[in-house]
Amino acid sequence: MGSGTSNQHHFAFQNAERALKAAALIQRWYRRYVARLEMRRRCTWSIFQSIEYAGQQDQVKLHDFFSYLVDHFTPSSHNERDFLNRMFTEERFPKDLEMEKCSDYNSIEVPDNYTGPHLSFPLLPDHATALVEAFRLKQQLHARYVLNLLHETRKHLIQLPNINRLSTCYSEEITVCGDLHGQLDDLIFIFYKNGLPSPERAYVFNGDFVDRGKDSVEILMILFAFMLVYPKEFHLNRGNHEDHMVNLRYGFTKEVMYKYKIHGKKILKTLQDVFCWLPLATLVDEKVLILHGGVSDMTDLELLAKLDRHKIVSTLRCKTRKQSEKLAEGKRKASQMSSPGRPTPWFLPMSRSLPSSPLHVGSHKAHKTGRSSSIPCSASLDRKELSQQVRRSVDLELERCRQQAGFPLIREKEPVLFMAEADSDAEQLLQPTQEEWKQVVDILWSDPMAQEGCKANTVRGGGCYFGPNVTEQLLQKYNLQFLIRSHECKPEGYEFCHNRKVLTIFSASNYYEVGSNRGAYVKLGPALTPHIVQYQANKATHMLTTRQRISRVEESALRALREKLFAHSSDLLGEFKKHDADKTGLITLSDWATAVESVLHLGLPWRMLRPQLVSSSTENVLEYTSWLEDLAKEQLSHENIQSSVLETLYRNRSNLETVFRILDSDHSGFISLDEFRQTWKLFSSHMNIDITDDCICDLARSIDFNKDGRIDINEFLEAFRLVEQSCPEGNTSDGPQTTNTDDSSCSRPGAH
Amino acid sequence: MAEDREWESTETAVAELHKKIKEAFEVFDHESNNTVDVREIGTIIRSLGCCPSEGELHDLIAEVEEEEPTGYIRLEKFLPVMTEVLLERRYRPIPEDVLLRAFEVLDPTKRGFLTKEELIKYMTEEGEPFSQEEMEEMLSAAIDSESNSIHYKDYITMMVVDDN
Repeated sequence: MGSGTSNQHHFAFQNAERALKAAALIQRWYRRYVARLEMRRRCTWSIFQSIEYAGQQDQVKLHDFFSYLVDHFTPSSHNERDFLNRMFTEERFPKDLEMEKCSDYNSIEVPDNYTGPHLSFPLLPDHATALVEAFRLKQQLHARYVLNLLHETRKHLIQLPNINRLSTCYSEEITVCGDLHGQLDDLIFIFYKNGLPSPERAYVFNGDFVDRGKDSVEILMILFAFMLVYPKEFHLNRGNHEDHMVNLRYGFTKEVMYKYKIHGKKILKTLQDVFCWLPLATLVDEKVLILHGGVSDMTDLELLAKLDRHKIVSTLRCKTRKQSEKLAEGKRKASQMSSPGRPTPWFLPMSRSLPSSPLHVGSHKAHKTGRSSSIPCSASLDRKELSQQVRRSVDLELERCRQQAGFPLIREKEPVLFMAEADSDAEQLLQPTQEEWKQVVDILWSDPMAQEGCKANTVRGGGCYFGPNVTEQLLQKYNLQFLIRSHECKPEGYEFCHNRKVLTIFSASNYYEVGSNRGAYVKLGPALTPHIVQYQANKATHMLTTRQRISRVEESALRALREKLFAHSSDLLGEFKKHDADKTGLITLSDWATAVESVLHLGLPWRMLRPQLVSSSTENVLEYTSWLEDLAKEQLSHENIQSSVLETLYRNRSNLETVFRILDSDHSGFISLDEFRQTWKLFSSHMNIDITDDCICDLARSIDFNKDGRIDINEFLEAFRLVEQSCPEGNTSDGPQTTNTDDSSCSRPGAH
Repeated sequence: MAEDREWESTETAVAELHKKIKEAFEVFDHESNNTVDVREIGTIIRSLGCCPSEGELHDLIAEVEEEEPTGYIRLEKFLPVMTEVLLERRYRPIPEDVLLRAFEVLDPTKRGFLTKEELIKYMTEEGEPFSQEEMEEMLSAAIDSESNSIHYKDYITMMVVDDN
């Protein structure tokens, strides 16, 4: 018995030991699995962020380029002049009379069969609540009410100071929400979970209500309605997306025109003004500063409080003039140095604002050492000399652009160098000073960084990166406790930094993709201790495991990344060839990673991503031509289309759309063939595409389907939405398919 | 990401390893100053293809930490150590069949599954126990809600496919 027991014990002991080892093994394996999931998640996040920020940079650069052209281009014909004049020359914030006309909603009839919500003014809390409910049921507010509401909103906003003050004495709790970006589900969820606004429940919405999501209009209506109903307790701060120029690119303009086909224009015009009147910041108990982006080492709250915020129509510096031709001519020459606010374009050799190479920004983590101010800054050289230098390099640049664009050469006119009194008084009054503009850009665009100091925010193209010392400095100077800002998407919906002195709060959950991130809001009580609430407004994600969620988001990111890779096919091919001196058609995977980064400049961990991007690789090498072909096949449903035109279009798709919307200044949805051709010429000279005039004409003609001399913007863009396009056979180019830019042949796009 | 390349310890191989390690490191280098939080080192090491136990991980961390632990690991220290680890092919991942056998040890009567309770007991009481969070996470994907058990063979197959 004894030995039996000891045997049993022996076996038991052995078994226990084996179980322990087995358990340890499983745990070890599992932990590795989780780690790799985490790594994938981080990489996915990097992909989304770098693509997003690269897009923002593009926007700024594009804008700078066109502004520059408008200022310096000496047109050779009155057609060109008119054309350029129209670009960026909009109705400046209309004078009151025009404003009245614009928001003349009384003449708009609401038909009897309208089933949406009705509004009457002055608004009552019930109206606002009813709006939320109506939108939840997917109803649309009639244009008349929209305009009426905007009109009232504007009246209210005008009375507000630049920096609003809130006190926890009156409303015991204050809820601060970050970016919503048109995601109505999130707003509805916040109201559901936290409660509707009321005198006891104050709210601050910290900018970026619109763009990207599909219900920006509805969000604005709700926010404005509650602001009118609870003016003391409901506050809005302006974000960098409350800006009609930014809206052109990021979807809000499109959404409005789509939902309000007849009155969309009026609505957009009114909104342009309303956005300018949004306050810039909110201060709680004189201790907590809430603003959209961040601060810089030059942030001056007193100046910010005093300036006329209405003058800052767009933080992208859309300089607006609408004058007689003659004055315009003189202005252009004089404006080079005399205008206090003209930013030095990045591609001029003179420019110190940005590195000279346009795509030389690297990852969003690679902060460039630089000046401690945001872009741009005016030089303090001798103005006349600088002006001359600028003029010379401007001329050179002009020549080049002009030649590339195929414009005839014109005789150089005598440079008119005089320090003219800048603008007429009236004009001056309409413009902010350089200093004022910079202050506003800083608070709307800046991001915190971990290192000390203050650097230009080259990733976004505006504002700066500010370090913990800058925060500390500001808090001390104005006797504040901490900063609440938004502007950046965070996986958990919020993030503390700078020793918990800066809180980022982001309220658009699933921003990049379903499952990509949570949203959050923060509550402040009298003690001003931040209390964060997180959420993810999508039932579907709750059902998924972490693994599934990460896979979905990852797939989406990879798709976006493959698109980008395809869009740079020619450049990639060129780069691969450099690594393949022996012309074997193969490169090592290591070289692949180096090459891809040098072309895309996204700062991504390519070696980690490689297994998902390169499915076919034997040993250690890759046959790059077939890899590129595979990429193309994925993007195009029609084989054999590989032309530099299409590729370039694809790469610049969102730029193109923006440009067209700018051109289509009356938002009619049409541009003339001529405008299209002119645009394309300018565009191609900027984007370094060699395309002949004939090619452009062919393109234009083939797109004008009904031959009426106009191009429907949407149709044009649709024609080039290559992923879904199925081209009819036999429509490929007659000539050789080349991606060689020396040969200016281009294949006919598959338009029908 | 199964890599079955045979590395010779040539200079190029080492250079390539350095690039790989730096890349993985940089993903967690939030301040762009070549340091990462020590709590992320495990993730980095594991995503580079290694599968250390918690104990082995702690030893590694001790090797790369500062004299006076700061809570941060510097790339300068991490790089040479990690290169060695990879060159020596230490902490190799666990092959599927070994993993299967481990589950079978815990399932001596060969039912083909473990109940939820059994899994929890083993994972939180034996070996290098899971935290509550880790346990919940594993359960969410592993447990078949109808039978409240984990059919480990299927589970392994699913996870391994996903890994690639």
